[in-house]
Amino acid sequence: MQHLLLDQPNKKILMLGNEAIARGALEAGVAFVTAYPGTPSSEIALQFFQIAQESDLYFEYSANEKVALEMAAGAAMCGLRTMCTMKHVGMNVASDALLTLAYTGIIGGMVVVCADDPFMFSSQNEQDSRYYGKLSGLSILEPSSVAEAKEMVKYAFELSEELKEPVILRTTTRINHSSSVVSLGFLPERKTKGAFVKDPSSYVCIPSVSRNLHRKLLANYDKALNISNRSPWNTTEGNGKWGIICNGVSYGYVSDAITEFGLPGSFRVLRIGFSHPAPDEAIRGFIDGCEKVLVAEEGEPYLEEAVRNCAQKFGRQVEIQGKGTGLFSRLFEFDPALVKQVIAKYFDLSLVPALPIKTDDLPEAPPRPPNLCAGCPHRATFVAVREIFGDDAIYPTDIGCYTLGVLPPLKMGDFLIAMGAGVGSAGGFARATGRKVVAFIGDSTFFHSGLSPLASAVYNNHDFTLVILDNGTTAMTGHQPHPGVDVGYLGLPHTRLSIEQAVKGLGVSKVVTVNPLKHRKMIEAVREVADFKGVSVLIAQAPCPLQERVLPNYRKKQPYHVVQDKCKNHRDCVTKVACPSFYLRDERVFIDPNRCEGCAFCVQFCPENAIRPFKQEARA
Amino acid sequence: MKATQLMIVAVGGQGNILAARVLGEAALAADMEVRMSEFHGMAQRGGVVESMVLMGEGKSYCIADGDADVLLAFEPSEAVRSAGKCHKGSVIITNTAPVPPYTVALGKTQYPDTRRALEILEGRVRKLIAFDATALAVKAGSPLSLNMVMLGALAKSGAIDLSADLFMQVIREKTKKTFIDTNLKAFEFGMEAA
Repeated sequence: MQHLLLDQPNKKILMLGNEAIARGALEAGVAFVTAYPGTPSSEIALQFFQIAQESDLYFEYSANEKVALEMAAGAAMCGLRTMCTMKHVGMNVASDALLTLAYTGIIGGMVVVCADDPFMFSSQNEQDSRYYGKLSGLSILEPSSVAEAKEMVKYAFELSEELKEPVILRTTTRINHSSSVVSLGFLPERKTKGAFVKDPSSYVCIPSVSRNLHRKLLANYDKALNISNRSPWNTTEGNGKWGIICNGVSYGYVSDAITEFGLPGSFRVLRIGFSHPAPDEAIRGFIDGCEKVLVAEEGEPYLEEAVRNCAQKFGRQVEIQGKGTGLFSRLFEFDPALVKQVIAKYFDLSLVPALPIKTDDLPEAPPRPPNLCAGCPHRATFVAVREIFGDDAIYPTDIGCYTLGVLPPLKMGDFLIAMGAGVGSAGGFARATGRKVVAFIGDSTFFHSGLSPLASAVYNNHDFTLVILDNGTTAMTGHQPHPGVDVGYLGLPHTRLSIEQAVKGLGVSKVVTVNPLKHRKMIEAVREVADFKGVSVLIAQAPCPLQERVLPNYRKKQPYHVVQDKCKNHRDCVTKVACPSFYLRDERVFIDPNRCEGCAFCVQFCPENAIRPFKQEARA
Repeated sequence: MKATQLMIVAVGGQGNILAARVLGEAALAADMEVRMSEFHGMAQRGGVVESMVLMGEGKSYCIADGDADVLLAFEPSEAVRSAGKCHKGSVIITNTAPVPPYTVALGKTQYPDTRRALEILEGRVRKLIAFDATALAVKAGSPLSLNMVMLGALAKSGAIDLSADLFMQVIREKTKKTFIDTNLKAFEFGMEAA
């Protein structure tokens, strides 16, 4: 049994934030869940992927976040309780649908989980998605702890049905990837079949309908504001004169800091959990008791703006600060020490700072940059493309493990902004420079957002090569399936879309599929597509070695080693291939047999033929 | 009472997350408040994995510089990297077996003299326990049991308020059945080494 299906109310379980979110949805009777994976949200979807295989809950990994949101919207229109999970940048993809879904509203409760990533542990930007509340008019809830995340999700479904609108649960990495003790609640039955009542004058957003719906959305905003103003998720603690308004994980830092200062009587804290619409009456009531107010929030000054607006609206003169020199930054994550320091400075308290031991005279720890794994076929693809084009071509790249190709010695990646943007920007680079452009995209990213830019490129007669790195999984986020993956081995349908057929269907006339680990064939293939005038596509197809390990009938391949008396120390293997299973000892090259995947790619670069499988050597 | 703040640092694949999980489960079994957070962005691809475990009252999920009471390092250069988390009353428990990053393995950067670094660190914290935990894990039956060796050393060090028996109970209940014997043996080797 999937561990989140444990039906023992009141039992205390250690849970990851993402598990708590999934459990909260189960306790709310969620019946229909959709997702596109993305750190730090991915583990929520993983729970439902597993649960759907042993229950009547429907789950799917949709091709992208917009499709996921639309799927959930369809089911929610029919009265089902639905959840849709994504990382913050996925929200940008889904937002087109979301902003007008806010107009139609929904029937069954719908919760959209949006996981922000302050500090960009695994992201390309650190946007603050709370502004989607303002943009869409929808309500936003923000938990401050793992246990609260579960309860808040349950409430989010109720709120969604009360407002007949989707509700956004906004988290940050430090909630998603934290663990704590959670008390289990009841698991109700799910309502898995719904009915759709047609009502085109409410659901078909042509201008005449939308003019009415926008009015309805604004009326709903007022209703939500009312709820926010008396919401128990916005809590006040203490009776002091010094006010601190905070949200999310900042609340924990503020609370711990006040305990440490030993001045609980001096402070008053407003923790805002229902952050859009920001509770203006509650904020007014709070600041009225304060001599001065500090707003502690990671990211943008979203609450600070709300508090300042509120003060202006109600004619209050109290000093309000948040972001600014010497105060909080809009950059990165906070930590307990930083919050303590800003509180001390703003309220003029003496601070006994933490005293880290002296470390500046220690030898420096070596950088440990992530690297493409041993046996990764992406490395082989990059080596071949670099062999043909070197630094002459421009290489727009995309989001996935293969983004790591940017590191030396491969150095393959010149421009990276968003899912699908490698293909999208390629024509721009080519037209503006007249240079050879080779764009990279992964298989999952191709289905996510590579199809339309490719169609556009073909239609507009661009001239570039697109390399699709097809390793048969969404590797970066933890090996989720995508439309090009057959998950029949899990007892699920064998459906699998062919990338080659999709590319051909989009009008690309030059398409070659090749196994990049076979270097000579790969080089021929790169030349063949590169010489083509127009849009050409090379599909570099070989499985992700990490994913292969979990597939049925997996057999570990024989690792290779360097036959020391044959090796003449050219080091072509090290300098060109740079596989992490190589290491140097006494200026000689060795292969770590525990790391070698037996892909035999490096073998093809040794002029002395000194890299041999262990077994073969034993026979000889 | 202020929470005990424990930081675990390791290289991807060394079992840091499971070690934190066992600690968390042991704290839960002891009816102690526990908050943890983990960072493993691209760990399977050779990066650093960090876990923070806070046991006792409080609301924060992370540990600032100079606030870690215990630093449990599965690799010596990672102990050096995260030493700034420690204060003069901290306990550092570290494996001495290096896992050089591929940049060092390929001769692009130098691996530091960690023996010297640990000697310096020893003079700056309350207690430093350093031993070849990888060798003990291999002796216990699998290099993958390194995390259990480290937990054994932690339990013995007295740096946290959880008994060895409790750890062993959690190892029996929460780690993979086929590994329980190896894990328990590794845990005991860790206790003997500390």
